[in-house]
Amino acid sequence: MVDIARRDVLTMAGAVGVGVAIPVSSAAAEAPPAAARSYQFFDLNEVAFIEAFVDHLIPADDLTPSGTELGISIYIDRQLAGAWGRGARMYLLGPWAAGTAQQGYQLPLPPADLYRCAIRAVEAHCAAVHGASFDRLQPAQRQQIVQALSEGRLPLQEVPAQAFFDMAYANVMEGLFADPIYGGNKNKQGWKLVGFPGVIAAHAENIEHFRGKPYPVEPLGIADLS
Amino acid sequence: MTTKLKEVDVVIVGMGWTGGIMAKELSDAGLTVVGLERGAPRSDAGFSVPMIRDELRYAVRNELFMDVSRDTLTFRNKPAERALPMRRLGSFLPGEGVGGAGVHWNGQTYRLSPHDHALRSRVEGRYGKSFIPQDMQLADWPMSYAELEPYYDKFEYVAGISGKAGNIAGRIQEGGNPFEGPRAREYPNPPLKPSLASEMFTETTNKLGYHPFPRPAANMSRPYTNPDGIQLGECQYCGFCENFGCEANAKASPHITVIPAALRNKNFSLKPYAWVTRVNLAPDGKRATGVSYTSVLTGEEFEQPASLVILCAYGFGNVHLMLLSGIGKPYDPVSDTGTVGKGYCYQVATVVQAFFDDRNFNPFMGAGSLGVVIDDFNGDNFDHGPVGYIGGASIYSASLGGRPINQRAVPPGTPRWGTEWKKATARWYNHTLQMSVQGSNMASRYNYLDLDPTYRNAFGLPLMRMTYNFTDNDEKLSAHLTTVAHDIARAMGPTHLGPKTPRRAPYSIVPYQSTHNTGGAIAGHDPGKSALNRYLQSWDVPNVFVMGANAFPHNSGYNPTGAVGALTYWAADAIRTKYLKDPGPLLHT
Ligand SMILES: Cc1cc2nc3c(=O)[nH]c(=O)nc-3n(C[C@H](O)[C@H](O)[C@H](O)COP(=O)(O)OP(=O)(O)OC[C@H]3O[C@@H](n4cnc5c(N)ncnc54)[C@H](O)[C@@H]3O)c2cc1C
Ligand code: SF4
Repeated sequence: MVDIARRDVLTMAGAVGVGVAIPVSSAAAEAPPAAARSYQFFDLNEVAFIEAFVDHLIPADDLTPSGTELGISIYIDRQLAGAWGRGARMYLLGPWAAGTAQQGYQLPLPPADLYRCAIRAVEAHCAAVHGASFDRLQPAQRQQIVQALSEGRLPLQEVPAQAFFDMAYANVMEGLFADPIYGGNKNKQGWKLVGFPGVIAAHAENIEHFRGKPYPVEPLGIADLS
Repeated sequence: MTTKLKEVDVVIVGMGWTGGIMAKELSDAGLTVVGLERGAPRSDAGFSVPMIRDELRYAVRNELFMDVSRDTLTFRNKPAERALPMRRLGSFLPGEGVGGAGVHWNGQTYRLSPHDHALRSRVEGRYGKSFIPQDMQLADWPMSYAELEPYYDKFEYVAGISGKAGNIAGRIQEGGNPFEGPRAREYPNPPLKPSLASEMFTETTNKLGYHPFPRPAANMSRPYTNPDGIQLGECQYCGFCENFGCEANAKASPHITVIPAALRNKNFSLKPYAWVTRVNLAPDGKRATGVSYTSVLTGEEFEQPASLVILCAYGFGNVHLMLLSGIGKPYDPVSDTGTVGKGYCYQVATVVQAFFDDRNFNPFMGAGSLGVVIDDFNGDNFDHGPVGYIGGASIYSASLGGRPINQRAVPPGTPRWGTEWKKATARWYNHTLQMSVQGSNMASRYNYLDLDPTYRNAFGLPLMRMTYNFTDNDEKLSAHLTTVAHDIARAMGPTHLGPKTPRRAPYSIVPYQSTHNTGGAIAGHDPGKSALNRYLQSWDVPNVFVMGANAFPHNSGYNPTGAVGALTYWAADAIRTKYLKDPGPLLHT
């Protein structure tokens, strides 16, 4: 990874008006075009948070590049900028009440607004407790924050930590494993990680021939066949 | 302004399995029939590869299901709580659009056991009246298994079920379910090919002395032409089955079977995008005059007069329309009077996972119904005296698919993220065996449906309110049968065994459990205790018939649609052979 914080890079990039086609690592050989790396929804501070968050959950290691390099933060950005982020297929009418856990999501916020409020609140917490933004914390401090978020223990202003974590965690997994047409799962590396073959799924013969045996194929996505 | 349309003989509300079957049967009888469906038409092109193989779009963002931004229900665990809207889909996924949930179902197609059809008598006879918990509303079904058998048979042949009979006319068949009621003949198609998980489950349950059989499947094991001349393709074990439409036309679904068969009749017409808002009643409230609907494309309102109204809007939609229209008396749990909304039941389901170092399951090679089942602990196939609860479960291995957003597991103790999580995910994805326990659920006094006093849908109408919780009986059942399943998994000798997590109260509407919602407008012998008579005819408004699992007096340890299909053919037959000759109540009280 580059030394300078991502936000600074973005700021620099913005300053020279070239978009954000910044190589972020040695994997840059396969970097997608500038448009595919530009954020639509997140602002610069949010980008710093979401990239650090995604990379904390999906770090670069022997198995895959980092979550950001896999396109997961771009995936989340696109989801939030689109209909889902604006609350499509949600019942959003009031009145609102907190309810019980069994009653499910009861905030008046569509996903995009929940992210915006929650990121602001997590950053406020990081600033107050650690004196630094989330992306500049030590890995152990970051782990503490993410762990507390996941258990609904992080005291956030305005929004419940649990609701935000549950949504963001699910979105990270989607970004790792959804078809690459959505911006994540770059080069089908999420599918390669587990051995999922993708969209070609005519297995009427295979289910007998490969019963109990490995089925090694190069995965294909929607764009490979369209 | 409302446009009044020309009167027809029959108006059907909803075009899933029940609506499609009714459309076919009643238009065959020469009646003029209009089918109204709130959702979109379906075209084959919509389900083509590669676009249909999109887990995010169909299985996560729920493209084919009911859109809860327009209409949803409110939920609470008990009457003392305030019900709040189900703001997103979760626990169940009702369908929307031509074909209904039959487009995106799994196709696991069972008959209920003969005990299920006479449950109260059976329990009282074997265990005594005092065995029944105080608030449990246990009832016999108003039709016997034997009466329904020809209609189960009919549905199985229309839907091309792949399976192995266990009991043909009283003779037990090798390899089938020995506990099932007698059937007239074999399934129309042989069972699907087994997966490795199926084979392991079969071997182990045989060793343990149980009676495994292949799960009856609406996924075609071979190309099939049904009795209506409709052709279905061969299942490709594509693993994109439940939540998706079938690219291979190999999953029996109403939009490719009964609905096109009905459309061959010029006297049947289908109107999509037509949202029915009420059933209109004559001033005396004893006769329906038709329905009102709104075009969701233009907002225009229409009145469709009809001599006969058939509600096929899924259990929830049916009960909702009955409550909105004043058909029957709403159920009140405090006084235990009224019938509409009574007897809402669900499924007490759990999952068991086992991890095998040295076995490649290739989970992505699967089908919506692929698996092996034991019925040794279902219905009343075992002695309930020692376990002290009523009901049972089908216990089965499931090879449905390996879609990686939703269908992946890691052994207990694995962290939820980071390199260790990734390692475990890569390590175990292909090495996990899935089993399920699908438990029955008995009606209980405080589990019911009514209209919400606060929240409204896009048409300005009150949402339906669900009050529902698991009972002591459910917890006992789940503790016992999840242990049985866990023991089966252990006997297979896995490297790691997943946790044992029986269902406990409170029920949560958040995680998906099943779209097997039953009751709410149950059928019975007594108009004081049931909304419908044994032909699924409203006791109160006899030119209204109500199809669907809402008619079940309890939910059994099976998926419901085999019985839903059978009940619909049974009711259609009663309409054709009895009602049309002498329109009015088919049974007098
Ligand atoms: C993911 C999934 C998997 C399933 N798997 C199985 C399985 O393996 N085995 C099994 O037995 N069952 C299964 N089911 C359940 C099965 O799909 C249903 O039992 C069955 O399809 C119900 O048929 P129906 O005709 O009663 O209702 P539906 O198919 O729901 O049809 C009702 C129709 O009415 C329409 N409608 C509702 N309200 C109105 C209104 N006001 N105006 C106009 N139209 C309206 C709806 O849009 C819908 O199209 C599954 C369900 C789901 C969602
Ligand atoms: S598993 Fe079979 S029936 Fe199901 S969608 Fe795939 S091909 Fe169709």
